[in-house]
Amino acid sequence: MKTFRRGGIHPADNKLSAGQRIETLPPPAVAVIPLSQHIGAPAQPVVAVGDYVRVGQLIGEPGGPMSAAVHSSVSGKVTAIGEIKDAFGIKQTAITITTEGDDWMPEIDRSGQIKPGCKYSPEEIRQKIADAGIVGLGGACFPTAVKLNPPASCHIDTLLINGVECEPYLTPNYRLMIEHSEEIMVGITLLMRCLKVERALVGIEANKPEAIERFEHIAARRDGIEIVPLKMKYPQGGEKQLIQALTGREVKSGQLPASAGVVVINVATTFAVYEAVQMNKPLIESYLSVSGLNLLKTGNFKVRIGTSMADVMERVSGIPEDTGKIIAGGPMMGRSMIHVNAPVTKRITGITLLSRQDALRLEPQPCIRCTSCMQACPMGLESYLLARKAELKDWEFLEKHHIMDCMECGCCSYVCPSHRPLLDCIRLGKATVGNLIRSRAKK
Amino acid sequence: MYTVLYTLLLLLVTGALAALLLAWAAKKFRVEEDPRIDEVESLLPGANCGGCGQAGCRQFAAACCSAGSLEGMQCPTGGADVMKRIGAVLGMEAADVQPKIAVVRCAGTCSARPKNNQFDGLRNCAVASSLYAGETGCAFGCLGFGDCAAACSFGGITINPHTGLPEVNPDLCTACGSCAKACPKHLIELRPRGPKDHRLYVACTNREKGAEARKACTAACIGCGKCVKECAFEAITLQDNLAYIDPDKCRLCRKCEAACPTGAIHAVNFPPKKTEQA
Amino acid sequence: MEKMIISPSPHIFSGDTVQKRMRNVLIALVPAYLAALNYFGLGALAVSLISVASCVTFEYLINRFLLKRPCTITDLSAVLTGLLLAFNLPSNLPWWIVIIGALVAIGIGKMAYGGLGTNPFNPALVGRVFLLISFPAEMTTWPIAEKFSAHYMDALTGATPLAGIRAGEVYNYMDLLIGRIGGSMGEVSAIALLAGGVFLIATKTIRYIIPVSILGTVAVFTAILHAVDPTLCADPLTHLLTGGLLLGAIFMATDYVTSPMTPLGQLIYGVAIGLITVLIRVFGIYPEGMSFAILIMNAVTPLLNRLTPARYGAK
Repeated sequence: MKTFRRGGIHPADNKLSAGQRIETLPPPAVAVIPLSQHIGAPAQPVVAVGDYVRVGQLIGEPGGPMSAAVHSSVSGKVTAIGEIKDAFGIKQTAITITTEGDDWMPEIDRSGQIKPGCKYSPEEIRQKIADAGIVGLGGACFPTAVKLNPPASCHIDTLLINGVECEPYLTPNYRLMIEHSEEIMVGITLLMRCLKVERALVGIEANKPEAIERFEHIAARRDGIEIVPLKMKYPQGGEKQLIQALTGREVKSGQLPASAGVVVINVATTFAVYEAVQMNKPLIESYLSVSGLNLLKTGNFKVRIGTSMADVMERVSGIPEDTGKIIAGGPMMGRSMIHVNAPVTKRITGITLLSRQDALRLEPQPCIRCTSCMQACPMGLESYLLARKAELKDWEFLEKHHIMDCMECGCCSYVCPSHRPLLDCIRLGKATVGNLIRSRAKK
Repeated sequence: MYTVLYTLLLLLVTGALAALLLAWAAKKFRVEEDPRIDEVESLLPGANCGGCGQAGCRQFAAACCSAGSLEGMQCPTGGADVMKRIGAVLGMEAADVQPKIAVVRCAGTCSARPKNNQFDGLRNCAVASSLYAGETGCAFGCLGFGDCAAACSFGGITINPHTGLPEVNPDLCTACGSCAKACPKHLIELRPRGPKDHRLYVACTNREKGAEARKACTAACIGCGKCVKECAFEAITLQDNLAYIDPDKCRLCRKCEAACPTGAIHAVNFPPKKTEQA
Repeated sequence: MEKMIISPSPHIFSGDTVQKRMRNVLIALVPAYLAALNYFGLGALAVSLISVASCVTFEYLINRFLLKRPCTITDLSAVLTGLLLAFNLPSNLPWWIVIIGALVAIGIGKMAYGGLGTNPFNPALVGRVFLLISFPAEMTTWPIAEKFSAHYMDALTGATPLAGIRAGEVYNYMDLLIGRIGGSMGEVSAIALLAGGVFLIATKTIRYIIPVSILGTVAVFTAILHAVDPTLCADPLTHLLTGGLLLGAIFMATDYVTSPMTPLGQLIYGVAIGLITVLIRVFGIYPEGMSFAILIMNAVTPLLNRLTPARYGAK
């Protein structure tokens, strides 16, 4: 079985909720929809306080070429447009809507019947994706329409579909691949049409046998789509790692994946593309799993964006007493939250709970130069050295040693037998070097 | 006998040749440089703190020598005294600058600002602030991990373990500004030292509405504006729910301090009030 | 509910610790230790216990009173240094020399540089080489292998194979393999050391590059020399199985702190150790050159660490 070449780790996958069907949560009483749920400029509100909005109505338009539209996930009155504090205590501009009924925009097809045919041109497909506010749902939230419009200098020959879901605990992609395999396959053909490519490779890790089986069954009927089972290894879902695992190509340092002739799209994004193009449905729902070893009940949920995470936690009978960490996303790259009284956004693919005992870090000890971090680094960087030099503030050294190649996957910190906060230091160095590079570019 | 002689002779010749070579190299590779740079550099403190905006003391000396006037040239560490002496060397007038000191605009001690979470990463302000708002409800206040203390070349700012806040040592602080640059929350301001080191400032940067700020920290400026009304010299401005005292206009009358309901206005080094004792 | 813990990602860890790594190495040393007890009996027991106990005590005392730092003996690295030092000593070495060796190994070899992780030279080898130069007579009179010997300092002594080969003696491979020969207490049984090496590589405690490159270089180099002149150099297999070569290649040269970090660096390091060892063995005044070779290459390690690993997307 294929996998990427350098580094990588094998954490326990703990896919506790893999067997749970996706449960649809009712619309919340109040939806709080942040205007910045993506990379790039925040969306600009196009509604005012007191306006009545319907489900799927545009409430924020893209704030620039690198931005994404935001739609209402409920019907009702806009009661506030202003700053809220998110789950990290940081202020965000958000639109608050008090729900009245469930009144959808008329053009949205809610029949649930699969529409395989497509009459749109590539440009029309891309426009529909942009209008639906679709962003990369693997966690990075890069506007998909921007990704589908690669620079003219790059010749794209293959579409890669990311069904890896290598983060421990998370299962929404797996469930989507099982429960909506037909739709995702149509989504893949739409994306192929949009990119004008003849070949698509779907990478799925070996711990999702049911998804592999279903996809292979459907792909047999279609030309150009190939399902590639991958050996389990984190961080296979990283764009550069997946490109290597599936095509054997490497993206040059500092370049876009498109330069290697590929575009990588997540399966959840592919599903959203299907809904947007064929059903006219904008991105107003998030698929997420709630998981944790200390939870009695785990689950996969389809949640309207803007629903409080506290409401989702109610569904798994609340947060247990011994919880020490609540993570937005998975335990390798997710962000720990102060509280759950914040809305679900496009960014959130899961809520993972760790008990206090599992959450606390161990006391760091001196580096013994065992090279585990270097062996684990999927980018082939000298993690221990970058961390040390960042502590010493040697920014020039860091830049020369390619600190900007680091994708913050966390493998180095994960394996360190001395429990050193390697990634913390590297992030600090990366942020500073990034600022230096940007300020130089401005001059 | 001859062995000793030859040895001595050989050594002498080798030494003479090496000396000639060195003398030639010294002439050949000599770099012409303004001799005043060395002189100016010898006057500078040599801390290479970067407070002047140059990379180090040597660069500052070079900049002084090549500049037309000393306008805008300031060694914060050496102060007016050093600048005057540099002026004397270069035959230029040194600009008159008030001595300054770093002031920490946060009074959110452990007791004033309850923690609502526990930070477990690398104890570094830049790391914590890139991650989230901080351990307390106040997103503006001091994180207490001491990036400022680590940035100071003089040991002039240290974290007090009891309050969790940085404290400036007026004897060691040279107002070079390293700490202000290191603070990701931009809490540290360089203010004039003031007459007899008397200073009056708002020890808070929280721009939230009064109720929110108060909820997060009992020592917060709640933007009530009482100080603005009290001030007879229009030295206090209120912007985004936060008061700011302009040090150039302030006459240190301390009326604002008395009016502040939360004690966010700090007065330092004033003699104790007579009424307090009676 | 208690306050939530906030930290940057990742939030889960492998559970690996320095102590576990050191414990793995100690486990890998058990077969060789049992062989040593079998052949050298009381002497091996005495030397190893004195060495381990004094290494641990010195580390504790230096941390406590000199450096005033928290106690680090629980990471087991001092135990490992003590045991490796003992493995490199003849089992009839007087107890006070063992203690001096432990003091040099821990005090000068390790703690003087700041403790675990910062020492440039392998501490156990620093101790051994110090003793070899200071007490050459005691350090080169080895007891002969004897079943469950009850002798310590009064054991019967004899030559080691490496010295014997120089004198023209021929050894039986079986004796070399199981260790029925004279030598430092831990180096005699090739099969036990190899078993430990396999365990270390299987548990991913060490990488195979350093041991394999050392042994390969020694084999190739001695084969060439042997082919040129059999009286100058013994056959490769004898060289591989004798002296401290296996102990050094598997346990000493692979010390994390003092060996290079990139695969290419490790390869150069291993090949150089192999070459230097053979040069000393064949042409030098000492019959064995492993410890010197490792220490010399320890000094080169910082330079080899400037070699960077192959990056993703560098091509």
